[in-house]
Amino acid sequence: MNLTLKIWRQKNANDKGKMVDYKINDVSPDMSFLEMLDVLNSGLILKGEEPVAFDHDCREGICGSCSLYINGEAHGPDRGVTTCQLHMRKFKDGDTIYIEPFRATAFPVIKDLIVDRSAFDRIQNAGGFISVNTSGNTIDANTIPINKHDADDAFSAATCIGCGACVASCKNSSAMLFVGAKVSQYALLPQGRVEAVDRVKNMVAQMDLEGFGNCTNTGACEVECPKGISLENIARMNREYLFANIKD
Amino acid sequence: MALDSKIPEGPLADKWTNHKNKINLVNPANKRNIDVIVVGTGLAGGSAAATLAELGYNVKAFCFQDSPRRAHSIAAQGGINAAKNYQGDGDSTYRLFYDTVKGGDYRSREANVYRLAEVSTNIIDQCVAQGVPFAREYGGLLDNRSFGGVLVSRTFYAAGQTGQQLLLGAYSAMNRQIGRGKIKMYNRHEMLDVVIVDGKARGIIARDLVSGKIERHSAHAVVLGTGGYGNVFYLSTNAMGSNVTAAWKAHKRGAFFANPCYTQIHPTCIPVSGDHQSKLTLMSESLRNDGRIWVPKKLEDAEAIRAGKLKPTKIAEEDRDYYLERRYPAFGNLVPRDVASRAAKERCDAGYGVNATGEAVYLDFADAFMRYGREQALVKGLDVNDDVLVKKLGQEVVRTKYGNLFQMYEKIVDENPYETPMMIYPAVHYTMGGVWVDYNLMTTIPGCYAIGEANFSDHGANRLGASALMQGLADGYFVLPYTIGDYLADDIRTGPIPTDTKEFDEAEKSVRDNINHLINNKGKHPVDYFHKRLGKIMWNKCGMSRNAEDLKSAIDEIAELRAEFWKDVMIPGSADEYNEELAKAGRVADFLELGELFAKDALQREESAGGHFREEYQTPEGEAKRRKEFQYVSAWEYKGEPKDAVLHKEELVYENIEVKERSYK
Ligand SMILES: Cc1cc2nc3c(=O)[nH]c(=O)nc-3n(C[C@H](O)[C@H](O)[C@H](O)COP(=O)(O)OP(=O)(O)OC[C@H]3O[C@@H](n4cnc5c(N)ncnc54)[C@H](O)[C@@H]3O)c2cc1C
Ligand code: SF4
Ligand code: FES
Repeated sequence: MNLTLKIWRQKNANDKGKMVDYKINDVSPDMSFLEMLDVLNSGLILKGEEPVAFDHDCREGICGSCSLYINGEAHGPDRGVTTCQLHMRKFKDGDTIYIEPFRATAFPVIKDLIVDRSAFDRIQNAGGFISVNTSGNTIDANTIPINKHDADDAFSAATCIGCGACVASCKNSSAMLFVGAKVSQYALLPQGRVEAVDRVKNMVAQMDLEGFGNCTNTGACEVECPKGISLENIARMNREYLFANIKD
Repeated sequence: MALDSKIPEGPLADKWTNHKNKINLVNPANKRNIDVIVVGTGLAGGSAAATLAELGYNVKAFCFQDSPRRAHSIAAQGGINAAKNYQGDGDSTYRLFYDTVKGGDYRSREANVYRLAEVSTNIIDQCVAQGVPFAREYGGLLDNRSFGGVLVSRTFYAAGQTGQQLLLGAYSAMNRQIGRGKIKMYNRHEMLDVVIVDGKARGIIARDLVSGKIERHSAHAVVLGTGGYGNVFYLSTNAMGSNVTAAWKAHKRGAFFANPCYTQIHPTCIPVSGDHQSKLTLMSESLRNDGRIWVPKKLEDAEAIRAGKLKPTKIAEEDRDYYLERRYPAFGNLVPRDVASRAAKERCDAGYGVNATGEAVYLDFADAFMRYGREQALVKGLDVNDDVLVKKLGQEVVRTKYGNLFQMYEKIVDENPYETPMMIYPAVHYTMGGVWVDYNLMTTIPGCYAIGEANFSDHGANRLGASALMQGLADGYFVLPYTIGDYLADDIRTGPIPTDTKEFDEAEKSVRDNINHLINNKGKHPVDYFHKRLGKIMWNKCGMSRNAEDLKSAIDEIAELRAEFWKDVMIPGSADEYNEELAKAGRVADFLELGELFAKDALQREESAGGHFREEYQTPEGEAKRRKEFQYVSAWEYKGEPKDAVLHKEELVYENIEVKERSYK
C-alpha cells in the first residue's frame, strides 16, 4: 500500500508544532500501525531527519504506552484495540492518515506525538490503593470469599491500562472513565470498602485539580476505550462520591 | 575473588527462618536516615520500593517508562504459582520446590528455591489484601489452573492478565508510599551507571529521558530490579524497551554475571510473519491446558497446507500427529517449555511445519470446545448430541477462560481461532541468567542488590511457567526487605552520601563520553540495523540449539559487529532533548557486549541443560544430556573485552533432592 501521512511535529513542550506531510510506500497489511511508523522513521533517519517520536513499549495492547490519535480517533478506527494492535489491513491503498497526539490540557505535549500523562499517576497517589502493609502478615486469601460476580466486575474495572484514550476522545477532556474504573475496582471488593469514602473524595479532588473537564454523558470515552471499560463505572463513582459527601 | 553464596547452615526447611532470626535489624528511627535507590518498578522493583518505604527507608525509584505501571511485568499473561494446596491435589512447599529444581534441570540453588516455595503462599495473601482481583469460583474462593512441568493446579490467575493485575497491585502499594512522600519516583529516567565509593555501591548516574539531563543520585544501597535481556535477540516477547544496560553497567563495575546463556524459548508464540516485525507476541502457556498441539502425520499434507491447498480442519484425526502426547504420555501437552519448544522445532525441521515458512505447529481447541460444551449441555439440560449447540456452548466456556488471548491472536493473524486451529512457534521469552547474587540477593558489589528477572538465582537452566512473577514478588515483598537490613545496619551513622565526589565525577564523565561519542558519530546506519543483525547471529547460533563451531564464530562475529557499530552508527538529533534513538543506541551497545559473553558462556558449558541445548550433548532420543561435572553456576568477572571475562564457578550441591534424569514421559 502507498499512503500519505499527515503527522503532528512538535520539537518540545514550548514549540508551537505543525502538521507535516510524509509519503510512505510498500506498506504491508500485516504490519501493525507502529511498525509502519518504524519503517517511516528508519527512512527519515537515513535521510538525516529526525524520526517521529511516539510512546510505545509492550506492543501487545497491555502497557498503555502507545497513544496515537489517528484520523480523529484515539487508537484509530478499529474497536477495542490500542494503536500497537491496530493493523494496516484496516487502511486502503492511497489513504491519507492524520496522526496527532492525545490532546488535553492535562496532557501537555512532550515531543511530537508523546504527551505527559503523569496526571493519572498523581490521581492514583491521592487514593488509588488499599492501605495494607506489604509485610505478608495478612490473613489467608480464602478467609474472605468474594462473590464471583463482584470479583469479575472488579477485574473488568481493573483492566484499565491508563492509556488516556478516554480523555483524548472526550470533548470536555474528562478523566471520569479512568477514575471511575479505579474507584470501582476497590469499591467492589470487601478489602477496599474500609477507606472508600476518603478514596473517592481524594481521587476526585485530585482529578479536578489536574484540570480534567467534567463528564456530560456523551459516552465517547466508552466507545474509544480499548479495554471496553463501561460507563457503569462512572455511575458507580458518582454514587460513591455522593455517598461520601452525605457521610461527611 | 571467591564466590560466597552465604547459604545459611541448618536443615533446608529452617534456613530462611533461622536466617531471619539472626539477621541484623535497623532501628525504625534510623531507617529515616537511610536512602535506598531502586532501579526498576516492575513486579520486583515495585514491590521492593513499596516495602522498603513502608519499613521507613527513604526510597528513590527509577523507571524508563512514563509510569511505574507500564513496566514490562504488565504483559505477563498466564499466572503466578503458589503452594497453597487449595485444590487438595497434593501440593506442598516441598513439591513446588521439587518441581522448580527439576524443571530448572538441577542448575538452581536449593536454598533459594526452597525459600521461594516457602514464601509463595504469602504472596497470594498479600495481593488479595491489596485488592488484586484473582479469578474466583462460584463459591467465592480462589480458582487455580495448571502450567507446564507440574502435575498439580497451583497457578493463580486473573484471566490472561495476571501480570497486569499483580503489577497494578504493586503499583498501588507504591502509590500509597509516593502519596506519603516515602518514595520519590523518577519516571522517564534511565540509569546509566552505578557509582562505587570505597568498594560499595553508593549511587547511580541517570539520564532524564525528556530533557537529556545527566543526574547524580546517591544512596546507601542500590537495588536493580531491571528485568531480563531477551531483547538481545531483537525479536522476542519482551517489551521494546527491555534491555540489559543496568545489569551490564553493574557487571562492568564488578558484579559477576551468571549463566548468561540460559535463555528460555517459549513454545506458544505467534509465528514470525515478515521482516517488518518488531516483536513477537506470546500466547499464554495456560492455553496448553485445553489446546492440543499437533502437525500432520504425512509430509504431503504438510506441504499442501503450506501451499494453501488444504485446511487443517480437513485433516482426519488419524492423520494428525499429537507429538507431545505421543512422546511424553505422562505430561502430554503440559511438558515444560524447553521440552515443548524443542519438540516443535524438531517437527518443523523435519518438514512438518504448517505456515508459509514452515515454522509453525497447530494449537487446536476443537476437542476442548466439545468437552466443555457437553458438560454445559448436561448442566443446562440441553441436547448433548446436538454438535452445533455443544460446540457453541464449549466455545463460550473457552471464551471466558482465554477470550483476550483469542482476540489478540485474531487481531494479529487475521484468522478466527474459534474456527481454525491457532498456529504457534517458539520464541525467545525469558532469561534465566543475570547478575550473580548470594542468598541475601546481594551482587559481588557490596551494597548492590539484584532482584527479579535481573538476577540469576532461582530458575536454573529453565523456568517453569508462572514462576517469574512469583520470584519477582517474593524478592521484592518478602526477601530483599529483610536481607538488605543486614547490610544497612552498618550504615546508620554514615549520613547522606555526597554526590560532589571524584567517584561521581568519574562515573558521570564516562556516561557523558559514551553519549558524546554516539551522538557525534554521524555514521551510515540507524541503531536498529545493528540490533537486527545482532539478533540474527544470536538466534541462528545461540538460539534453540547450539554447537561449538557456531558459538565460536558467533563470538567473533559479534565482536566485529560491535566494532562496526561504534564506527558506523548514526543518531539524529542532540543529547539534550528527548531522543529515543540515542537511548536505544546505548542499550544496543550493551547488548553487543552481553551477546559475546552469552556465546562464550554457551561454549564453555559442554552439556545440555534446560534452555541450553548443545547439539553435541543429547541422548539418542534427542533429549538434553546433562553432565555431572557441569553442575555449577558460571559467574563471569569483567576484564575489558567480553571474550576476556574470567569464569568463577559456584558448585551446586543437592542435599535434599536426588539429581535424576529429567523425564516427563
Ligand atoms: C509476554 C510475557 C508473558 C509472561 N507471562 C508470565 C506469566 O504468566 N507468569 C510468569 O510468572 N511470568 C511471565 N512472564 C515473565 C515475567 O513477566 C517477567 O519475568 C517479570 O515480569 C519480570 O519482572 P521484573 O520486575 O524483574 O522486571 P520488569 O517488569 O521487566 O521491570 C523492569 C523495570 O526496570 C526498569 N528499567 C530497566 N532498565 C532500566 C534502566 N537502565 N534505568 C531505569 N529503569 C530501568 C524498567 O523501567 C522497569 O520498570 C511473561 C513475560 C512476557 C514477556
Ligand atoms: S478507561 Fe479505557 S481509555 Fe481510559 S485510560 Fe482506562 S483503558 Fe484507557
Ligand atoms: S505499546 Fe503497550 S499498549 Fe501499545
